[in-house]
Amino acid sequence: MVSLKNVDTFHFDAIIIGAGGAGLRAALQLAKSDQRVAVISKVFPTRSHTVAAQGGINAALGNLTEDNWHWHMYDTIKGSDYLGDQDAIEFMCREASEIVRELEHFGVPFSRTEQGKIYQRPFGGQSRNFGEGQATRTCAAADRTGHAILQTLYQQNIQAGTTFFDEYFALDLVKDELGHIGGMAVMNIQTGQYQLLRAHAVMMATGGACQLFKTNTNAKINTGDGLAMILRAGLPLQDMEFWQFHPTGVADKGMLLSEAARGEGGVLRNGNGEAFMVNYAPHVKDLASRDVVSRAIAIEVKEGRGCGSNKDSVLLDLTHLDAEVIKKRLPGIREIGLTFMGLDLCTDLIPVYPTAHYMMGGIPTNFNGQVVTLDESGQQLAVPGLYAVGECACVSVHGANRLGGNSLLDIVVFGRAAASEIERILKLQKSSSFFDKTLDLSAVEARLNKWEARPDVDAQPESTAQIKRDLQQVMQEGCGVFRNQESMSALIDQLDPIQKRIEQAVLQDHSQAFNLERLEAFELENLMTLAYATVHSAIERQESRGAHSRVDFPERDDRHWLRHSLYFQENHQLRYKPVCLTPLTVPGVEPKARVY
Amino acid sequence: MQFSIYRYNPEVDAEPYLQDYALDDGLVGQDMMLLEALEKLREQDPSLTFRSSCKEGVCGSDGMNVNGENKLSCITRVSGLKQPIKIRPLPGLPVIRDLVIDMALFYEHYHAVDPFLKPVVQGVSIDLDHELLQTPEEREKLDGSYECILCGCCSTSCPSFWWNPDKFHGPAALLAAQRFVVDSRDITTRDRLAELDDPFKTFRCRNIQNCTASCPKGLNPSQAINELKSLMLKKQID
Repeated sequence: MVSLKNVDTFHFDAIIIGAGGAGLRAALQLAKSDQRVAVISKVFPTRSHTVAAQGGINAALGNLTEDNWHWHMYDTIKGSDYLGDQDAIEFMCREASEIVRELEHFGVPFSRTEQGKIYQRPFGGQSRNFGEGQATRTCAAADRTGHAILQTLYQQNIQAGTTFFDEYFALDLVKDELGHIGGMAVMNIQTGQYQLLRAHAVMMATGGACQLFKTNTNAKINTGDGLAMILRAGLPLQDMEFWQFHPTGVADKGMLLSEAARGEGGVLRNGNGEAFMVNYAPHVKDLASRDVVSRAIAIEVKEGRGCGSNKDSVLLDLTHLDAEVIKKRLPGIREIGLTFMGLDLCTDLIPVYPTAHYMMGGIPTNFNGQVVTLDESGQQLAVPGLYAVGECACVSVHGANRLGGNSLLDIVVFGRAAASEIERILKLQKSSSFFDKTLDLSAVEARLNKWEARPDVDAQPESTAQIKRDLQQVMQEGCGVFRNQESMSALIDQLDPIQKRIEQAVLQDHSQAFNLERLEAFELENLMTLAYATVHSAIERQESRGAHSRVDFPERDDRHWLRHSLYFQENHQLRYKPVCLTPLTVPGVEPKARVY
Repeated sequence: MQFSIYRYNPEVDAEPYLQDYALDDGLVGQDMMLLEALEKLREQDPSLTFRSSCKEGVCGSDGMNVNGENKLSCITRVSGLKQPIKIRPLPGLPVIRDLVIDMALFYEHYHAVDPFLKPVVQGVSIDLDHELLQTPEEREKLDGSYECILCGCCSTSCPSFWWNPDKFHGPAALLAAQRFVVDSRDITTRDRLAELDDPFKTFRCRNIQNCTASCPKGLNPSQAINELKSLMLKKQID
């Protein structure tokens, strides 16, 4: 029997779960303000999935064309299909220029203009003067911007002396006898030991969960661990029906080919060689918002205009661009084409298809990063000591559809803001008796004990890998680019048997050191939790908005559905809260039909 | 398809051994990467242990020694490999389990070169209304070093690093050092060079060039180290 009563326990002012861009930006802020901060990560920090972000980070620097944050804010609200909270969006867009320059001062090797300023490129959904011409707003380090930002933030944390728990897996939040968040139960992956980390503030920065879908651009580690912990703690997840399918994943395989490919001038062609985006977005064509482009591709394929032997993809064409531009501005994705397809972007067309890429939903927070829930009467309530930032959080700045270049911005803006809030609160009050309280460890112990069971001698236990594959398959079929009542009802019926298989699964490997099978079992439990959250949130929302495209309800319905979903695990209950339509200092943007 | 894989579980094995595995040829596609093959083998034997994450050669988790060469499994096609495919952990560092090595020493050397930009005197803040200017030509000097993913393929292929892993920084850390030495925004070039000018830290490099041969990102740490050495020489002549 696993008991956590006498395990090693560490005490901090703040602990951050996840070492991607959001977690590292927050950690840097706290370390610099002399708080005792620790970062827990299941991989070495520079292997976090921020590393794979390619195209860039949005800020209205105006280095190439005139720009200002008002236009950025307008585009973000329109891109969100009006589900984004306008106070948070204003906050993010106003902070953008300063925070990008700060990253540059930290050492990010941005590409440069002839004047020596940060290079910017056009991206989808960006406009000048509230929807008029194309803007050039995405700051880039070639097509390795995420890699450059992640490494730089890690380097800054080395300098600041942040404590890292590398290759530690966060198991669950633990509460004290009063029901307050008291810390985190973790597992040292290298030794298999369980430990407790107690802290005044716990921050979730665990990233996304697109491993829920069969074809995705995400790393194997993107299993939504922090999101599932929140549900198990009795707190809700917001807008879980909104998953972004990136238009240009490598067909069948899923690797991301950045929107920068189209930003630099690439076009999509169907099986007849036709540049079809003009039929869907006559003004901006290939640089429409991602939900629009992904739907267009899915429709082209569905209507028989796909390419390849199964006519199940379309082609990304950059062959008309100067090869030198491709080599200089898009070296990373050219490498992906060469490595995985044996195709060269300079001379070959690349088969692509929409691929699960990003979750707009997540842990509900205000724009100080505090996790919020609803009280009995439906009022929003901040949860003391608990924070969330980055892809796992839902502030919500992305609403129903995120614009390219806004996720790297989101992670650094809210990473810094949440850390500042923690710093402010810790300075006001740091109760010395906080760590005297007893922690309630029974729930997490029960979960750990479930996986201690040994297999029967003659039984052939089912592999967790097989269960995960089946989960990914049914999620893709039931809750993909297009959904309807039928596909999602069928999906709900398919999830229960999969849940049962997880409950019955038994580990074959019970070693302590680097036990991958145990780790993957924990991750699979987390994904399963999120599968339910997704399908129940999605089946209730009877409209189409942003990335949530229902064939049976093709129109957006602001009268009934201009509101955020909040999913609670208990009885799959759904509650709702209003969208904030009033920015902080400027007039709001009224919802209207969305045309690109 | 036949595999011979290094196995070691510290809880049960007195010493490491090689275990044979086979994968049904029907499961092996023309464009299958080694990581996919290893994942299929894990379904036969869930105790087989290796690191991996991004599946596309950018996170640097899955360095391993394949038929004698250090590679990332996720961007190495199995079709071109001689069978049985012999897979061992990256050489020269302690093994935690199977293909998972303890990279603590590798990371210590990275930390030791102050791998962070120092654009101003400590304690002075910079005006956030402006970026630090850098011409495209100055920025180009960072190409070939900032792309490093810290996978460790280079340092663990280097005989000098095998011999002095505690004292010689190794190619990955020196590549990082060079990245900050040549960054036009950094004002501590002289201090950095002085710190690196050491018979062990830098000058254990004997131009063997295994580092450059093994870099899965096509970078050239050997050239970067030589650039550091010649910059040190220039400073002495100045």
